[in-house]
Amino acid sequence: MTAETFPQRAHRSLRDSQLRRNLAKATSTIRTKTAKVSAELPDWEALRDAGQAIKRETLAELDRHLVALEESVTRAGGVVHWAADAAEARRIIVGLAKAHGAEQVIKIKSMTTDEVELNPALEAAGIRPFETDLADMIVQMAHEKPSHLLVPAIHKNRSEIGALFRDQMDRPDLSDQPGDLTRAARAYLRDKFIETPVAISGANFAVAETGSVVVVESEGNGRMCLTLPKVLISIMGIEKVLPEWEHLEVFLQLLPRASTGERMNPYTSIWTGTQAGERRAGDGPGEFHLVLLDNGRSKILADEAARATLHCIRCSRCLNVCPVYQRAGGHAYDSMYQGPIGAILTPQLKGLDAAGSLPFASSLCGACQEVCPVRIPIPDILVHLRGRVVREGHAGLGEGLAMKAAGTLFDHPALMALALSMGRAAQAPLARDGRIERLPPPLDGWSLGRDFPALPKESFRAWWKRRKASR
Amino acid sequence: MLVSLFITCFNDALFPQTGQAVVTVLERLGCEVAFPEAQSCCGQMHNNSGYQQEAVSLVRRFVEVFEDAEAIVAPATSCVAMIRGQYPRLARAAGDAKLERRVAALAPRVFEFTEFLTDRLGIEDVGAYYPHRVTYHSSCNSLRALALGDRPLRLLRAVRGLELVELAWAEECCGFGGTFAVKNAETSTAMLADKLRHVLDTGAEVCTAGDNSCLMHIGGGLSRQRTGVRAVHLAEILACTEQTAPAS
Repeated sequence: MTAETFPQRAHRSLRDSQLRRNLAKATSTIRTKTAKVSAELPDWEALRDAGQAIKRETLAELDRHLVALEESVTRAGGVVHWAADAAEARRIIVGLAKAHGAEQVIKIKSMTTDEVELNPALEAAGIRPFETDLADMIVQMAHEKPSHLLVPAIHKNRSEIGALFRDQMDRPDLSDQPGDLTRAARAYLRDKFIETPVAISGANFAVAETGSVVVVESEGNGRMCLTLPKVLISIMGIEKVLPEWEHLEVFLQLLPRASTGERMNPYTSIWTGTQAGERRAGDGPGEFHLVLLDNGRSKILADEAARATLHCIRCSRCLNVCPVYQRAGGHAYDSMYQGPIGAILTPQLKGLDAAGSLPFASSLCGACQEVCPVRIPIPDILVHLRGRVVREGHAGLGEGLAMKAAGTLFDHPALMALALSMGRAAQAPLARDGRIERLPPPLDGWSLGRDFPALPKESFRAWWKRRKASR
Repeated sequence: MLVSLFITCFNDALFPQTGQAVVTVLERLGCEVAFPEAQSCCGQMHNNSGYQQEAVSLVRRFVEVFEDAEAIVAPATSCVAMIRGQYPRLARAAGDAKLERRVAALAPRVFEFTEFLTDRLGIEDVGAYYPHRVTYHSSCNSLRALALGDRPLRLLRAVRGLELVELAWAEECCGFGGTFAVKNAETSTAMLADKLRHVLDTGAEVCTAGDNSCLMHIGGGLSRQRTGVRAVHLAEILACTEQTAPAS
């Protein structure tokens, strides 16, 4: 089966006028807010430099920091598991849930669990996962996929959510008012928090020095998940480790301002091991497991030109400023990681054969790099990955030949002049009043909404020669 | 001053009038213009499409052709951004330390057209006359990669008769992006639709920019929709005076 490409998926989403409206409204609201609160900090640029430097230095010695993290977590009473790939992560987590006889688990926002496709594995084992982040819950109820890193249900507006709740929560009386919808969600989720003994979370950061794990969120539902259940299982990509406690100072400033546009994150949960551990006094989960996931990250680390992909702190600011994301929407990326960061991360995780169209889903306008809080050079990495797509044979044969031919022409000005005069002859039936309304394949996409200029009679080069001769 | 013109392949084949306008302006300002005929393409299309090997041979050609030039001027923001931003990376990736050194020595002498006028010549009023209502689209490369700021606007504001109207959402890409416009034609067209709306909202009769690739895209949409608004490279505006007809 050939995987669908970005242009094929965008073909559908671009026609969805409700989606276009929802996305334009939501992204422009967040983007205005993040621009305002990041600009107001006098040391914002210095914070970005610090964030980039900490990530770069940490990745340079990732092995050492991960071992230190394992030691700290173990000392604090937790158990660390190493998962080389998605299958191993699923096996570990499903195994832990089963060992506790769980029939259901509550989950708090974790893209990493989506990355390893945990929910279907839990369901197959007879364990029902309940997403408790409001937007994740909406997406799960609708049997859809998240379309934004931070705002997974950004593609839905409140009337669509109202209709979903009326149907799924059996509440035909429910209005579309945000207050009513929130109250309905709260009532629905409270029961789950109280009755479920096993929780699964992601992690924004983990501090090697102390063994502390950090989750930032806006609703407080994460706080419930992290504090109420007896057993807490957290999964994080290996790149999320920070060597020192002090490093949180930088990231806890960068993340909320770049993501939700808040000055301070509303709910920051930090826990260190279990209630029996050395640092706790009867506080925290009875049992804590930390799953460290590789799943392709070591390979990204080994590719020097793409390594900065691992700097990402999942703030999603690049999505909100991306003109491609704003129009095509998150589902066009077919990944839990969408937008510009998704266009570089997803193909490296899933492989260029499966997601090779993503690095091309960008006009290289650079808006993402301009705002990235950890200064990931996304356009450069996109270009690097395009090169890998070509070198590893995932580009079309026809395109390869055309590019070779163009290369030869550019390297031989005389041949180019000949090609141009042939082009002038060939365009005669297509050109009218200096315009070509319909280009032939494979360039016909251009003609979708744009005329093309006909080749003028004389190139600049020819004009220059003529001018020189007449002087 | 002897200025070596890097016309760029795109302008050479499709927009010769832009090159002629650059020559007109530079000569009017007292520069002598040279056109090294062995020049070709900067390699941007190959590089950005993933054909970096082909791009490297064009890097070599560029360096050989322009290495001894005093100042190199190109009326194309994206090609200058390619030379400054990507040439060092390409030379390094090719493992050619000598090429890397030659690129580093040459790059500071490569100027985008408006930047050359304002920074190297120190001129904002080039003596132009253009009695039209004009809006300016800042290409992504002019805005971000080259950080040209208001240089192009300062030049336009000094043009006699020109009424400059600000473009809303000026920092947003028009959707061209080279092969992106064809490979992701629908998304590209959706981006263009919004850009055209903003251009039309200004009530301008001319949309200008420092790069004919954006202008081919915006102009192609303006033409397709029969808006009557035309896309004109900034150099062509600066070339016009009360005495001369627009370069053609």
